[in-house]
Amino acid sequence: MLEIKNLHAAAGDKEILRGVNLSVGRGEVHVILGPNGSGKSTLMNVILGHPKYQITGGEIFFDGEDLTALKTFERARRGIFLSFQNPEEIPGITVENMLRTAKQSVTGEKIKILQFHKELLALMKDLQISAEYANRYMNVGFSGGEKKRNEILQLLTLQPKLALLDETDSGLDVDAVEIVSAGVAKFHNEKNSCIIITHNAQILKHLPVNRAHIFLNGRIVRSGGAELVGEVSEKGYAPFEVES
Amino acid sequence: MKKNYIQDIERALYDVRDADKSIYKSDAGLTEEIIRDISARKNDPPWMLEFRLKSLEVYKKISLPTWGPDISALNMDEIVTYVKPNAKQVDDWSQVPDEIKKTFDRLGIPEAEKKSLAGVGAQYDSEVVYHSIQKRLTDLGVVYTDMETALVEHEDIVREYFMTLVPPKDHKFAALHGAVWSGGSFVYVPAGVDVKIPLQSYFRLNAAGAGQFEHTLIIVEPNAKLHFIEGCSAPRYNVTNLHAGCVELFVKEGARLRYSTIENWSRNMMNLNTKRALVEKNALVEWVSGSFGSHVSMLYPCSVLHGEGARAEFTGVTFAGKGQNLDTGAIVIHAAPKTSANINTRTISKSGGAATYRSAVKVTKNAPFAKCSVNCESLMLDDKSRSDTLPVMDIEGDEADIGHEAKIGRISEEAVFYLMARGISEEEARAMIVRGFVEPIAKELPLEYAVEMNNLINLELEGQL
Ligand SMILES: Nc1ncnc2c1ncn2[C@@H]1O[C@H](COP(=O)(O)OP(=O)(O)OP(=O)(O)O)[C@@H](O)[C@H]1O
Ligand SMILES: [Mg+2]
Repeated sequence: MLEIKNLHAAAGDKEILRGVNLSVGRGEVHVILGPNGSGKSTLMNVILGHPKYQITGGEIFFDGEDLTALKTFERARRGIFLSFQNPEEIPGITVENMLRTAKQSVTGEKIKILQFHKELLALMKDLQISAEYANRYMNVGFSGGEKKRNEILQLLTLQPKLALLDETDSGLDVDAVEIVSAGVAKFHNEKNSCIIITHNAQILKHLPVNRAHIFLNGRIVRSGGAELVGEVSEKGYAPFEVES
Repeated sequence: MKKNYIQDIERALYDVRDADKSIYKSDAGLTEEIIRDISARKNDPPWMLEFRLKSLEVYKKISLPTWGPDISALNMDEIVTYVKPNAKQVDDWSQVPDEIKKTFDRLGIPEAEKKSLAGVGAQYDSEVVYHSIQKRLTDLGVVYTDMETALVEHEDIVREYFMTLVPPKDHKFAALHGAVWSGGSFVYVPAGVDVKIPLQSYFRLNAAGAGQFEHTLIIVEPNAKLHFIEGCSAPRYNVTNLHAGCVELFVKEGARLRYSTIENWSRNMMNLNTKRALVEKNALVEWVSGSFGSHVSMLYPCSVLHGEGARAEFTGVTFAGKGQNLDTGAIVIHAAPKTSANINTRTISKSGGAATYRSAVKVTKNAPFAKCSVNCESLMLDDKSRSDTLPVMDIEGDEADIGHEAKIGRISEEAVFYLMARGISEEEARAMIVRGFVEPIAKELPLEYAVEMNNLINLELEGQL
């Protein structure tokens, strides 16, 4: 589904990604573990074509199509979704309004307003977001944890093929991690894939992890099974430094 | 008593304005004969003729404002061409500029109405609507009519209030207005009456011969309630390019008046409109003001909080595009204890347009415990456009609680990316952000106007992003 080959990317003069290789198949769940500042969020942004990064080498294919030629919204319409590490606040646009517009854009179909409203409220209930948030402006004044739950609400609404979750579990209390993790588990099935960036193994509890990757200094230095997650929580990243 | 309060107000008003320093320049064009001619055609009572002539004298003595946007394109020597009662009107649909016709189409305005709005052709069906509203109002004792009729049927009331709040000597265009005014709306709401339906001048735009120098006079007696909506989002076209209207609102003790307006003038227009409200004890005036279109606008609705506990709410949005210089804002004069005001504005500039927010808040010595909060935000859509905020505060009263927040910004590229990451196209993402920016204003508008304003914004943004 997603094929990244020898990807290099920079922000201005600063090279951040230095040869990333990653292959994610349909129905798979991958975990990326890496220290702060190693370039994980940059990789997510580059997959979606953030204008502040320039690709300086390598390629990204999604379902056989070269992504680099596509605009951000076209990539999203192909079925890629990013749960942001730091979701933006957008004054004046309500959660419901934005999600309806997004759903309409992604599906290309006209949405029935009342039915959409009902479905949205049901999802919000699952995520324990109170109904009034549908009418609040996108992320404005939301707490850190509320923003993350709101990202999962968007994931469940838009039903993408590939979900990129960038530290969706950071800054959450124990109960919230459980809610978010259950939300992701609810989303995942054999037809879609997840890439989960985390510093915390708890979010993986309900998920069948296929592969784990250690991300250091702008590239993946080791890939393996779910057991890598345990290794990192025990020993940290030091043992992998030599490999980078 | 009456004289006194008006003197108070005038003093306060002059205190907030820069001294007018430019030298006297005579305007050859406008003569007593012309004024007498206008007055005769309108069958003015003698006092109104006298009023016009006095205004003419004042007009000749004062010079153009020396601050604000450049209005030198107005040829004051040829002012007569702007005010002659038979000044050329478009009487041929084919002369209406394409740009305006296109906008009518995009706003979905029916053919008959388009012509009426453009000042061409006959009145349209809304006359019927107008008359049915009229019946309900009469039953309540409310008067809603055009100024000319008011001058005949309610001469005493008009005479008592007319241009007492915006006296001709206020500024050059007020004086001009006093001399040549024509058309406009008159509303009188008796004490205690709650006019539940909003009154919309839109319905009788053409019937009233709305034009360049229309006068709006609204009197809301104690504990009465009114929502008045002036103008509409369709661009109004005039061959002549000066608009110097005047709005006077009298809100008596315990009364509430909401005055909403969307102005969208054609791009050749100099819009120099004067709007003022006198707010008595525990009364409330709410302004909702949308300024689109025109070449140059100078518009600063003023609330004079004259009675204890009087309140003003001002909510405004201004959108300046290519070739436009829109200088808008609000004035609040706290002239009594415990008065409070809220000013909340959004301005947008794009394609080289200039939008200036200008406000003056004055708290007089007689106004202890005044409360005023100002929040003005500007959004520039590109590097060519300009945006300024020029708030002036002059606080003399004790224990004043004054807050001010100003922001000038651009569309956040991170916000655009966020929306695009959800599948929303770049163009739509930017339009959503702009609409979100004015949302606090839009939600104050009646629904159909909010929709129209969104359409207008979409039109303005089209091709730009
Ligand atoms: N636009 C930018 N301009 C300059 N440097 C940048 C930019 N974006 C990211 N960087 C730098 O690139 C490096 C990688 O940042 P990134 O946010 O991808 O790290 P991360 O692995 O997600 O870290 P964390 O675990 O803290 O979220 C950091 O040193 C960061 O400062
Ligand atoms: Mg990160």
